[in-house]
Amino acid sequence: MKKHIRLRVNGLDRELEVSTGATLLDTVRDQLDLTAAKLGCEMQVCGACTLLVDGKPVSACSYLALDADGAEILTTEGLAQGDKLHPLQESFMEMGALQCGYCTSGFLLAAKALLDENPRPSEDEIREYLAGNFCRCGCYGEILQAVKRAAGI
Amino acid sequence: MSERSDGARRLDYLAKVTGRATYLADMKLPGVCHGRILRSPYPHARIVRIEVSKAAKIPGVVATLTRDDILDHPALDPYYGPVFKDQTIVAVEKVRHVGDPVAAVAALTPDAAEEALGAIEVEYEELAAITDVHEALKKNAPLVHDYVKVPEAGFADLAELRPVEGTNICTHFKLRRGDIDKGFAESDHIFEDTFTLPAAQHAFLEPHACIAQVEQGQRLTVWSTTQNPFVVRTQLANIFKLPVARVRVVVPYLGGGYGGKVYPKVEPLTVALALKAARPVRVVLSREEVFHTITKHGAVIRMKTGVKKDGTLMARECEVLLDTGAYAEIGPRVAKKSGYTAAGPYRIPHLKIDSMSIYTNKPPAGAFRGFGVSQSAWAHESQMDIIAHALKIDPLKLRLQNGYDENDTFVTGERLTSIGFKQCLAEVANAIGWEEKPETAKDRHVKRGKGIACLIKATITPSISSAVVKLNEDGSASVYAGTIEMGQGSETTLAQIAGRELEIPLERIQMLGVDTDVVPYDLTTSSSRSTFHMGKAVQLAAQDVKHQLKRIVAEDFGVPPEQIGFSQGKIRLPESLLDYREVMAKRFGMPGGTLVGQGQVKTKTVDERGEKTTSAFWFVGAGAAEVEVDSETGKLKLLRYVTAVDVGKAISVLGCRQQLAGASITGMGQALFEELVYDNGQLINPNLIDYVIPSLGDMPQKIEPILVEVPHKEGPFGAKGIGETALIPVAPAIANAIFDAVGVRVKDLPIKAEKIFLALEEKRGQGR
Repeated sequence: MKKHIRLRVNGLDRELEVSTGATLLDTVRDQLDLTAAKLGCEMQVCGACTLLVDGKPVSACSYLALDADGAEILTTEGLAQGDKLHPLQESFMEMGALQCGYCTSGFLLAAKALLDENPRPSEDEIREYLAGNFCRCGCYGEILQAVKRAAGI
Repeated sequence: MSERSDGARRLDYLAKVTGRATYLADMKLPGVCHGRILRSPYPHARIVRIEVSKAAKIPGVVATLTRDDILDHPALDPYYGPVFKDQTIVAVEKVRHVGDPVAAVAALTPDAAEEALGAIEVEYEELAAITDVHEALKKNAPLVHDYVKVPEAGFADLAELRPVEGTNICTHFKLRRGDIDKGFAESDHIFEDTFTLPAAQHAFLEPHACIAQVEQGQRLTVWSTTQNPFVVRTQLANIFKLPVARVRVVVPYLGGGYGGKVYPKVEPLTVALALKAARPVRVVLSREEVFHTITKHGAVIRMKTGVKKDGTLMARECEVLLDTGAYAEIGPRVAKKSGYTAAGPYRIPHLKIDSMSIYTNKPPAGAFRGFGVSQSAWAHESQMDIIAHALKIDPLKLRLQNGYDENDTFVTGERLTSIGFKQCLAEVANAIGWEEKPETAKDRHVKRGKGIACLIKATITPSISSAVVKLNEDGSASVYAGTIEMGQGSETTLAQIAGRELEIPLERIQMLGVDTDVVPYDLTTSSSRSTFHMGKAVQLAAQDVKHQLKRIVAEDFGVPPEQIGFSQGKIRLPESLLDYREVMAKRFGMPGGTLVGQGQVKTKTVDERGEKTTSAFWFVGAGAAEVEVDSETGKLKLLRYVTAVDVGKAISVLGCRQQLAGASITGMGQALFEELVYDNGQLINPNLIDYVIPSLGDMPQKIEPILVEVPHKEGPFGAKGIGETALIPVAPAIANAIFDAVGVRVKDLPIKAEKIFLALEEKRGQGR
């Protein structure tokens, strides 16, 4: 069965027809061609599929598109303002906080949610908040530094 | 040294932080069908019957694929494999592990494909399964393979290795040196221990994936997540009986590889499905399927070492049993490398080493960052500590006393050169404060300790890397190299090498993507070989461009060649400087034209002095850990980890530090909790909830990568490879630190708290 939903994605209003079982991740990737968020573990532990729904990080692989009806969605494609990168994007590049890049979108959005909630987090708070995102290349030290740098710590 | 002292920002970063970098699963191809694979639920079974007629009738199903489609097909050889041809596109007679592909479907939608899988009927006759190396070696054990096909031409370094007929021994590598009986007779002490480590998962976040497109059976294009597109091209050409020129393999950025994406994975099946469907087909594996596709070898290592009173190592007998799973894959080479390094980075005159890859009914084990050496080093570095403590010699001193120096002879009989081995040991010892006692923890039950470990490893030899550098009419350069960017930063490193040689900035260099139709041959992006081999090929190609520029200037500007030099991206003449652009314009008579430079590196098994070489260069490194152990509960906390690797000469300092820290973190996961758990051949943790990998929450307060630089004369600007080295010493360094803290020795990975607890209990029992 299909249903109509309305989403505001990266500042643009979108009307979509989705099947009732469709995940937010598949919807954003397949219908909107926004592919920064990736399918990783399929069960909400790796964080590669993280998207912000009304500012809160969700595992989009396990989040029904229907449940996002009327919500504001931010994907990594919407982080920069035109040519001006988000401070987290800048600091991830500057500190070398990525290697293969598959987890990067998820880390950027989770870190944005953290800094929106808590603009000056302690190192332990960063570790705890981002423990739900995996980086198998092992850039954790650099990611920690990048988040601190973006927060001006 | 500043982390950014090379001043280069990685070329792939902007695309990756803005979400614009394209990985395979992000690609869309018009008319593509969705492929799904039906996999065996049994570890070992004969296939009695497969019926796909119901599946084929499901709306949206375009094609089904079973053994009937691949057997007796004139245009197809269904058997393949990098060393032995023991794999088939889908199972033929029997299934050999849970997850072995049995059938496949291609459909217009993923849902239709999924539904069709459920409608395929398969009747199995279950067979006794071999799920452990000891069972596999028993007389009259059921055979995983009744017969193994050996290809006519294979890898030169594996030519002497063959399956042992009538057994489950896939290969048996033997290394003999000196006189083992004499060695033990001359020893004052003999130590014998058995160490084990479990199979593990690469757990790259990007699953294996492939899109295949066939044009009239004549031309094959494959987009793949492979680390070695040229090997995949060769294998596909053999399977589908096509000239190599008709097979094109394109590889986008990979979301991690770590060895798990070398050699064919889903490509043969995807192509077969595309042929049958007569439409392009896309297969993206699920997380669970990835777990059933490739693993790291679990191993049992029995090590017997003879030592003089003063700590001099005299003799070692070692048996390495590697569980290679249902198919040989690259297991024979992993076993060979384990055997070569069972003596570790130490001079031991008398050796008897037997290293076997053994078939079992488990998913195939293959390459994993560390390639057989993480297995052997777990044993030799744990045992070095056992020896040191028994003889009351400082573990660092025992290593330095027996460790290789420059120009020492390796177990293969060749001379070791450019090895900063002892420098690495000294660096980690210094950084961890080896001479100082660890601080006392607040809680008196909590004890602190320090441990150290080291290694030597080889790179794949012989091998080939080729590159092309094109100088464009404006003096910018395009670099064609078949190295896969899978996170290690190769794209940037290779561009930096071209830039340094041509003295032009990174902004004027473009790396071409990897497409076997476009880039020249490269054997593989693995074995930590790309900076050394492809880096050198790129450097040679850039030098070729410079030679051509010099010749053109001599001819067109009438300057004697000996008076022409290069300086800061320009050509220096006695009284003037010329831009590359000016030289191009003069030569071609218009703002156009191209100079094409070529470079090739072909390493051999005999060097220029006629001496044998089993490795074009050597990886050496060391690691040191400081831990805290609760002596009542066994709870372990890794406080600090320091790693030092001889990088030759760093091209990208940040890139080197990332590789060292990243490999250390993967090593920590394997040391402390990663383990594939099987129950009667059924993998019971095929997902990232039950198979735990390290997260930011698991990190010690500090990981310190240290770059040791002993330049290699054949590496580009002195550089060596570094991708794997830092992973290898992590587990033994931690185990040794635990012993230092609480006096118990864990010999079986992973080192979970319960193992430490049980060892503590046993120790307390002995004390009573």
